Amino acid sequence: MSGAVGREPVFPTRQSLGIMKSKLKGAEIGHSLLKRKSEALTKYVRAEITRRIDEAKQKMGRVMQIAAFSLAEVSYAVGGDIGYQIQESAKQARFRVRAKHENVSGVFLPQFESHTETAINDFGLTGLGKGGQQIQRCRETYARAVETLVELASLQTAFLILDEVIKVVNRRVNAIEHVIIPRTENTIKCLYYHPPSPDVAHSNPNTDINSELDELDREEFYRLKKVSGKKQRDVAEADAEILAARQKAAEKEAANNTPAVAAPSTGDTDAPDVLGEQEDNDVIF
Amino acid sequence: MAAAATYKDRQFLAVIGDEDSVTGLLLAGIGHVTDGPDSQRNFLVVDGKTETSEIEKTFQSFTQERKDIAIVLINQHIAERIRHTVDTFADPFPAILEIPSKDHPYDPEKDSVLKRVRRLFGE
Repeated sequence: MSGAVGREPVFPTRQSLGIMKSKLKGAEIGHSLLKRKSEALTKYVRAEITRRIDEAKQKMGRVMQIAAFSLAEVSYAVGGDIGYQIQESAKQARFRVRAKHENVSGVFLPQFESHTETAINDFGLTGLGKGGQQIQRCRETYARAVETLVELASLQTAFLILDEVIKVVNRRVNAIEHVIIPRTENTIKCLYYHPPSPDVAHSNPNTDINSELDELDREEFYRLKKVSGKKQRDVAEADAEILAARQKAAEKEAANNTPAVAAPSTGDTDAPDVLGEQEDNDVIF
Repeated sequence: MAAAATYKDRQFLAVIGDEDSVTGLLLAGIGHVTDGPDSQRNFLVVDGKTETSEIEKTFQSFTQERKDIAIVLINQHIAERIRHTVDTFADPFPAILEIPSKDHPYDPEKDSVLKRVRRLFGE
């Protein structure tokens, strides 16, 4: 039909017109809902996530510095490198995370929650000789630092997921706005049946041209007119025929009956007029 | 969401870093070695002699093969060495977190996530 927009492949019937109309309505509602969702998510990301990510990153810088310092204290107190020993004795994770949901505008955001398995202690013997206190302090500092990192990781994951969701929602909004709605409108325009008032027909000449239903209607009307005209003609012909036949029959009858008509009249005249002035032969006076 | 099943059993943190960072984080108790004959550690110590290909391999294994890791911590100067791999990894799980190290202060400009944040707002 008209240009690049195209139209749905539907038959021009009243039913599909109704379907198209409800589809357009649905598309408009969906468009406004999705648009609002996208705006809400974008606002959430802008206001909440990015600010908190920025803060958390800065906080992370500070805690990691403090933690590194406390580790330096440990190496000083122990008087050697404990890295190898630590790496070898690590067996079971004491510090673990758990994922929880948070629901933001219908999007599930995971949130990591840190928890410690207090039963597990791989480093019971580390620093037994010297520097035990420093090591203990260092562990606490690092545990706090890791908590900050976990917090940051949840924010970051939330941001990544929201970013993806916003992209998808925006794509849908655009698809509805620029493809589905124009196409459905175009289809409706092609199908649209307007009331047979001359004002309406002239007010929208495009509709007048494109209206397939109307065209179908006109075609149908013309066909009916044709059919009824033909019927009338047939009836008239038949009538004429019958009339002619009757006339003919009448004429024929008339022609055949001329003697018959005369006969009764003669009969009539033959009938003895008793009161006539004819003489009665048998009257003997 | 379908992702629910994938992150339910993610409970460990993994770390790729220099010796000090790894030692500190292990002290916090994140170290885990899986059972069995093919036991895997969830940490990698990188020094000057470590090959970039090994870092990359470990990163791939933490992010793609292992399904029990929720967060991968990586020192920023090491992430810089495999920047392309880090930047192309866009999945939400596991979360990649670039952390500062003792010798290399944190530079927000290089962070792959912060770069995405900036890009989202067209800055």
